[in-house]
Amino acid sequence: MTLKALFAASATAALLLALPANAGQLTIGFSQIGSESGWRAAETSVSKQEAAKRKVNLKIADAQQKQENQIKAIRSFIAQNVDAIFLAPVVSTGWDSVLKEAKEAKIPVVLLDRDIDPSGKELYLTAVTSDSVHEGEVAGDWLAKTVGAKACNIVELQGTVGASVATNRKKGFDTAIAKHANLKVVRSQTGDFTRAKGKEVMESFIKAEGGGKSICAVYAHNDDMMVGAIQAMKEAGLKPGKDVLTVSIDAVPDIFKAMVAGEANATVELTPNMAGPALDVVAAFKDKGTVPPKWIQTESKLYTAADDPQKIYDSKKGLGY
Amino acid sequence: MTALLPRRGLAQILALIVILAVDRVVSPQFFDLRLQDGRLFGSVIDVLNRGTPVALLSLGMVLVIATRGIDLSVGAVMAIAGAIAASLADSHGLPVVLAAALGAGLVCGLWNGFLVAVLGMQPIVATLILMVAGRGIAQLITEGRIVTFSSPDLVWLGNGAVLGLPVPVAIALCMLILTGVVVRGSALGLLIEATGGNARASELAGVGTRAMILAVYVWCGVCAALAGVIAAADIMGADANNAGLWLELDAILAVVIGGTSLFGGRFSLVLAVLGALIIQTMNTGILLSGYPPEFNLLVKAVVVLAVLLLQSPKLTGFAGIVARLRRTKA
Repeated sequence: MTLKALFAASATAALLLALPANAGQLTIGFSQIGSESGWRAAETSVSKQEAAKRKVNLKIADAQQKQENQIKAIRSFIAQNVDAIFLAPVVSTGWDSVLKEAKEAKIPVVLLDRDIDPSGKELYLTAVTSDSVHEGEVAGDWLAKTVGAKACNIVELQGTVGASVATNRKKGFDTAIAKHANLKVVRSQTGDFTRAKGKEVMESFIKAEGGGKSICAVYAHNDDMMVGAIQAMKEAGLKPGKDVLTVSIDAVPDIFKAMVAGEANATVELTPNMAGPALDVVAAFKDKGTVPPKWIQTESKLYTAADDPQKIYDSKKGLGY
Repeated sequence: MTALLPRRGLAQILALIVILAVDRVVSPQFFDLRLQDGRLFGSVIDVLNRGTPVALLSLGMVLVIATRGIDLSVGAVMAIAGAIAASLADSHGLPVVLAAALGAGLVCGLWNGFLVAVLGMQPIVATLILMVAGRGIAQLITEGRIVTFSSPDLVWLGNGAVLGLPVPVAIALCMLILTGVVVRGSALGLLIEATGGNARASELAGVGTRAMILAVYVWCGVCAALAGVIAAADIMGADANNAGLWLELDAILAVVIGGTSLFGGRFSLVLAVLGALIIQTMNTGILLSGYPPEFNLLVKAVVVLAVLLLQSPKLTGFAGIVARLRRTKA
């Protein structure tokens, strides 16, 4: 083979590679944070499902919790000239220069799950996130409605001190129950979002509140702490779900298992489906040039034992939570 | 008995009594006990039960520190052992589960010991490797999820009772006695201290310092694995992201509160476990007090500082001088 033929062959090959596999099919690059939690794994698998449903070619880059990896991934997506970039930012600052590069290349960027700091607002198309204050409100409203007029002492398991999600979920819940004088948070401690700490803190709440007799409800900033708290209540001879109402946030599969057993009452979903709305926005933007609002809030759906928890458990358990 | 509990334990016992008294003040029902499903139930039992993982870690850690070493990997080893136990629990019997989890701890200990004793690496760097990699290994085993199980045998290890005592507490007690008998019932303890005091001199005197160092890291790994199995059994699941997170620091703190010098050369098992109990008594007290969680770390730091000041030779020496001056004046 001559050198010339080799050149020609490789040029054709390069051309073929550069062409999209299917004309009209969107190619989207997704810079995912990494596997920091079960929820994150579920978000990745739901994103793949949603992309497949819409016949979008989704390229996922795992950043292993490092911003420099995310920046590298975005640069490589720009070089590949993708149609859009999804970014789940690991931190909120330091994105200006790489987002400017994307803007210059006319590639729209959609933020998933987390927002970035205000200085970069014009650098992305929209952000699809949940409102964690609203999640707390949904939990508080459910409790107020369920308890009715009777007096209710609530104990609260907070997330990690200083985490914005914990602060917001507390704020939302406090706002919701402030309207009801019969609801009172009597104890509030951090359970660091983990099962082990949730259990340990609940054990101490039970002892501090006279064996748990005066506790009417538990509010946990995430389901994992609630799973631990449920164990603590059972070991203390209490009946969670009956003697003590439970409401938590996230809607991970194991809380539905507890609901099936009658040991948990309600959970507010932090949906792992952030990519679905984002894909719709990008499709509308590409086809008709529709500019979406700067913030798309995902639904914070409430699930109770009335929602067939077994079915939800079965549908969620394969997602990698 | 004098070998197990030397007279220098006075400061620690005093500290424990003071913290217990403070707990009684912030929570009047602190010493209440009742029987719940055949298991003693009360805050004191919580202290013992929740203090078990750190107490087990400190049993291994104190021997490592006695050889002038340190093991930063114990938290990660806990995560690995918990992940292995949880993954096997529903398909295998308890002996297999325990053998696999403790075996993993033994291998981790051998690795650390090999790096330190054979390759001569600095212990802090050598064990840092496993501290970082170990959590990753645990996450690979669990695939980043919380692996739950329902095997009643393994659950019993975390939530069962022996003569009213929670099983983890009984296990920790047995491990303390076993370790005590092995290292203090023979010359082993002395040889470990000699290795830490002056490795070169001990070597020349015929002590197998390499074997000593290897042995203490292996024991530390086994203790950490046992703590990991208990932590997993407690929540009926293995949480590779959080199991044992930062507990290596609590274990080192327990050893230091127990009066063991980081420069090696001497150690006390009982006081290290007492150190773990002091930490947990304080933690439980904070949880019972009802103060906002923002204060947790601050309170902890102040108490630790106070306990360590109690033991400071300079400060106790200073107090002695002041007392003598007063006496001469009077």
